[in-house]
Amino acid sequence: MSLHSESGDDGITIVQMDGRLDLLTAAEVKQQLADLIAGGHRRLIFDLDRVGFIDSSGLGALISGLKAARQAGGDLRIARANQQVRALLNLTMLERVLRPYETIEEARAGYSQIAAD
Amino acid sequence: MSRFVQAVLPADPDLRAELRLGLLRVLVAANLLLGFLYLSWRYTATINWAAWPIALGLVIAETYSYIDAWLFGLTLWRLKQRGEPPPPLPNATVDVFITCYNEPVAIVRETAIAARDIRYPHRTYLLDDGNSPAMRAMAKEIGIGYLVRSEEWKGKQRHAKAGNLNNALCQTNGEFILVLDADQIPSPDILDRTLGYFADERVALVQTPQWFYNVPPDDPLGSQAPLFYGPIMQGKDGWNAAFFCGSNAVLRREALMQIGIANYVRDLELRVVRALRTADAMLRIAVRQTQTVENGALRAAIDKLQAAVRASQRMLREGRPIQEVTWYFQQRAAVAARPLVAEDLARLRAEVATIPGLDADEDLTTCLSRSLDDDSILHALTVRERSPLAAIATVRELLLAVDVDRADEAQPVMPLATISVTEDMATAMRLHAAGWRSVYHDEILARGLAPEDLRSALQQRLRWAQGTIQVLLRENPLFVPGLSLGQRLMYFATMWSYLSGFFVVIYLSAPIFYLIFGMLPVRTQAEEFFWRLVPYLITNELVFAVAGWKRATWRGRQYSLALFPLWIQAVISAIGNVYAGRPLGFVVTPKVRQGGLHIWGQLRLVRLQAITMAALTLSAIWGMARLALGLQIDGIPTLVNVFWIGYDLLMLSVVIDAALYQPEEQEQPQTAAAYP
Repeated sequence: MSLHSESGDDGITIVQMDGRLDLLTAAEVKQQLADLIAGGHRRLIFDLDRVGFIDSSGLGALISGLKAARQAGGDLRIARANQQVRALLNLTMLERVLRPYETIEEARAGYSQIAAD
Repeated sequence: MSRFVQAVLPADPDLRAELRLGLLRVLVAANLLLGFLYLSWRYTATINWAAWPIALGLVIAETYSYIDAWLFGLTLWRLKQRGEPPPPLPNATVDVFITCYNEPVAIVRETAIAARDIRYPHRTYLLDDGNSPAMRAMAKEIGIGYLVRSEEWKGKQRHAKAGNLNNALCQTNGEFILVLDADQIPSPDILDRTLGYFADERVALVQTPQWFYNVPPDDPLGSQAPLFYGPIMQGKDGWNAAFFCGSNAVLRREALMQIGIANYVRDLELRVVRALRTADAMLRIAVRQTQTVENGALRAAIDKLQAAVRASQRMLREGRPIQEVTWYFQQRAAVAARPLVAEDLARLRAEVATIPGLDADEDLTTCLSRSLDDDSILHALTVRERSPLAAIATVRELLLAVDVDRADEAQPVMPLATISVTEDMATAMRLHAAGWRSVYHDEILARGLAPEDLRSALQQRLRWAQGTIQVLLRENPLFVPGLSLGQRLMYFATMWSYLSGFFVVIYLSAPIFYLIFGMLPVRTQAEEFFWRLVPYLITNELVFAVAGWKRATWRGRQYSLALFPLWIQAVISAIGNVYAGRPLGFVVTPKVRQGGLHIWGQLRLVRLQAITMAALTLSAIWGMARLALGLQIDGIPTLVNVFWIGYDLLMLSVVIDAALYQPEEQEQPQTAAAYP
């Protein structure tokens, strides 16, 4: 399992993952997000399109990524979550903190909207 | 008697269990009905207004006890005897956590080896909060994992055992967690006997009893809790309210993580709302102050900040995610405070140092971040006299302090609740509130060490009582959303029982008031009083006898009366802690038996009980002497009170025995509770 990341000209990095984000992969995802942020990628969009399943440990890794990004002066957004992920976000109330954006473009617009506001 | 009962009862255990439950229900119903008749008679016909302080006090104490009887009766009503457990789940991944602080290595080693040798496949970890090289070496030697706090915990609140477990949860990944205290030696089949219950995917917790092998049969310190780890937990189980007791329990990781995240969100939302409210209040004061001052730049900065705060509040009301709201106001706050110079920040730091509850030695963000948990500190921030410039600086720092993570905590997500020193109960309540189920499996599957001296035993019980009251004050089960009525009552029952100290004082002083001062709290004919009260008391005793059948419950009942000063201290210190932020004020629980305390030192620990016993004895002698000398005509009230004193003395004497108790020397050093 590894994250694939791609940085655009606007300073936003799209992170993609394949497979399950669960108790077995959470620690590694957390570490890789931390490394990305430490490497200067402070504005992240985590693309969940190919993440088939997520559990609360996985959400924990996303929160850790959010924390690390914020501490570096950036942010972490999530996009393209499937039904299962949305259900868990709802159950844990995490959707009150992390908005699941429908598309990458919307998540990207979220950044620029506030930057321009 | 026992043999006779055996001969009469049917042989089939299921039928026996059913018969026992039926009998219990009849007795409980009879007891509550008789109690109702007695108490309503007491209220309507017997209060002696001439001696109103003690008369009212006594009837209130009796009401307390009657409510307690209801809660106990409801608990027993659904007594669940589970019998044989279902077969264990195949292929589950399990982490066994042994929590230790600074217990002797030899004790922890014995537990660790037993944990390693548990039959069901698992990984074993020693969670060493004492960070000791000897412990690390031991773990390596016997081949188990060793975990200490990660870097993130440096300089942060440690949250004792809850913090230790939370730290370990982040470094491991088993689906299930078996939690063991350092001295609780598990039997090899502990997982085989408990994992089966998790086949029900809604089950988050399986708790088994705590039992101590270093306690003599007469249990002088009241260490065993056969009534609790038995009928009470079985009854709570019947209401799906059996709770986590800190050790000898298996937990589902997913459930813990879910409530941890939900709690993180709730907490964050509350902190954001508070920060914005405080910022708004401070800015309003700053606006008033600048109305007379000609300073355009200052006014502009305040206006900008105020606009940002109000826009943020609006965003929250519209349901925008906190991520966006905090992002927005942080960007705004950074821009709006341009007129600030370093000098103002220094002044702010100095000002913060003088606010009680805030510590200027910490970095400013951590310090303000922590203040968001405390309304009184936030209030102190707003009512303070300060220059408009300093107000801007404070608002700016406050807004920067609220983030999606907590600058003052090591981990944003804390699966085990940190609101109380009894994190176990608080965590279980959150699990139940989130819809998870729990199981109490009534089979001893781990054997531990109880404190062997009175002081350690008292400290342990004080901590439990304080923790339980903390939970009551911080997350009252009667109002926490998500719990069923039965669950509310089951949690509340445990808390209610810890309030008994105040009422015991009334019960103990009533005979003294009568015999010495002639103040009779109950105005009635002796015969009527007798016929109304005695059947109520007898059914009450019968309920205990059947519920605690073959279990030694008498010692526990003695302690619950005799430790009244401790229960009172627990309630008062917990209130001081929750509402005034005062420390709970107990010393670190000694891990090794306190050999140095001689008899007088031991007796000093129970001096209030000793004084009470002396006062009761003198009152009884005084009353009997008056009767013998013919100074008292009607002898019945005196005799009733003297009998009552005899009962009290019997109950209270347990702590005197305990103070004089000297355990036999054993080869091993002995432990007490693991955490201060």
